[in-house]
Amino acid sequence: MATTSTALTVTPAASRARRPRGALAQSARAFARDRQAMVGLLIIAIIGGAALAAPLISPWDPLTSAAVERLSPVGTPGHLLGTDEQGRDILSRLIWGGRASLLVGILPTVTAGLVALGLGLLAGYLGGALDHVIMRALDVFFAFPLVLLAIAIVGVIGPGMDNQMFALTVVLVPYSTRVVRTATLSVKPLEFVEAARALGASGGRLIAHHLLPNVLPPLLVYTSTLVGMMIVASAGLSFLGLGVQPPTPDWGVMVGNGRLVLYRAAHVATIPGIVIVVAALAFNFVGDGLREALDPRARR
Amino acid sequence: MIVYVLQRLLGLVPVLFGITVVIFLTMKLIPGDAARALLGPMATDQSLAQLRHALGLDQAIHVQYAKWLWRALHGDLGLSPIVHKPVVELLLPKFGNTLILAGASFALAVVGGVAVGVLAASRQQTVVDRATMGASLVIGNMPPFWLGLVLIVFFAINLRWLPSLGMYSSRGDGGFSDLLAHLIMPAIATAAAPAAIIARMTRASVLEILGQDYIKVARSKGLSERAVLGLHALRVAWPPILTISGLQLGYLLGGAVFTEEVFGWPGLGRQLVSSVLARDVQAVQGAALFIALSFVMVNLVVDLLNLYLDPRSRPA
Repeated sequence: MATTSTALTVTPAASRARRPRGALAQSARAFARDRQAMVGLLIIAIIGGAALAAPLISPWDPLTSAAVERLSPVGTPGHLLGTDEQGRDILSRLIWGGRASLLVGILPTVTAGLVALGLGLLAGYLGGALDHVIMRALDVFFAFPLVLLAIAIVGVIGPGMDNQMFALTVVLVPYSTRVVRTATLSVKPLEFVEAARALGASGGRLIAHHLLPNVLPPLLVYTSTLVGMMIVASAGLSFLGLGVQPPTPDWGVMVGNGRLVLYRAAHVATIPGIVIVVAALAFNFVGDGLREALDPRARR
Repeated sequence: MIVYVLQRLLGLVPVLFGITVVIFLTMKLIPGDAARALLGPMATDQSLAQLRHALGLDQAIHVQYAKWLWRALHGDLGLSPIVHKPVVELLLPKFGNTLILAGASFALAVVGGVAVGVLAASRQQTVVDRATMGASLVIGNMPPFWLGLVLIVFFAINLRWLPSLGMYSSRGDGGFSDLLAHLIMPAIATAAAPAAIIARMTRASVLEILGQDYIKVARSKGLSERAVLGLHALRVAWPPILTISGLQLGYLLGGAVFTEEVFGWPGLGRQLVSSVLARDVQAVQGAALFIALSFVMVNLVVDLLNLYLDPRSRPA
């Protein structure tokens, strides 16, 4: 009986403090409990933090070369991960390289997500001829393998970091738009949307208050898994000489440069590659964690 | 079924039309025109005007497109101003070489991926399962160009087992064994990531089937685990495996660009990259067209194959 009386006397504020506040808090807790996602987040924090704090923590200038110290092996005093073909410290270039490498992986994915949000919501909500035109136009892009289309676009507008990011954004828009449109179409016929419409909500209000909150989670999950893939893809473009240009430190550029001295010092190419794999894995762990946290059906 | 196939074929027409429009228009966006590219920076205005007229560049854009499309349909993709060769003549042999690499990689990815996936599913929650799935996660995130370099370090530089560059060795006999030796590493590097994805899909698909009642019946009849897996589980589990394998073909074509570059494989992807770096617009245009068309065809074949093999996917 004592329990019941306590329960009855609990104030609304106290009950809010003890119970989850809603779907968002539940998802956040599910995400925090996911060990793999937390490991991913930790790795991203370390790599991203190091890139941001590069001027403070980088042992050497990433661009200063020292001819006498060329191709020093891993563990050389003063150069923990050795030096490259120009005698530049590999660890310092990895730390600084995180700036360009993470930026070209993340920014196109996020930009494409925002463009897709607009296109997908419009196509899904308005339907009809506009939907048809948008989706058929995007169909054409699905006819090209993603990386090859990015290479062809860079071929048209010229190599370089900005163009690389533009090309990756363009190739990602169709994929993200499809996700947003599908989510919009699945929410649109639901009763609460109908009810809001019956109450006189305008089109803009329907989209902003009812469709958007339901379309964002799947887009967020999709975008987070794309980032890992894009880090690998953008490193590939830089490796081919089509993206970030030397001497700017970038992981893909470092692998590309290391390839030229592969027979003499394999570590120059292999070490940056390991960092790319670890970063991509970390983003995938976070993406998987987000999917499971935001989609209750996927929770383990 | 026939109606569906016809519908699917008809649906290709607007896509193919869109592809040609996109490729044609993008190439028109490039600053400077073909006449200047052909004549070089020293050309006079008069000679530029003459060449533009001869090439039809002074005509309306839709007329130019129609003429370009007509020529493309007849196998004429123009002349590369960099290599001074017809683009089709330049690309066709490279396309063949890419098909060899892509074919070998695809076979490797499917066979390897399905084998590993079935193995992991049959040893669920054991060390084997965890090790193979962990490895597939790491391999799935490896950049193909980096994996290629690592393979070269181990098998060409340290062990000296395999050649690291090209398709045939200059002193070799140019025969099948020579080709095979050159093909092994590029094929592994290209196939690795798709194989990892196929392995994970196969494991999930087989595990789903293994939980079903008819499998319990098969086991309780006393069938061996091998028979249960091979005769009962895999036969039902494979449609999603086929679909995901088909999807990997696009990834494989993309990944092949990097491995072709790393291993000096004279394929279409490597040609595309060197044409891009040389700003050879005609060749880039041609390569993009080749790639898009083959990608569309591959998707069509996978779709139809799925339809033929899995009656459930046929429209009612």
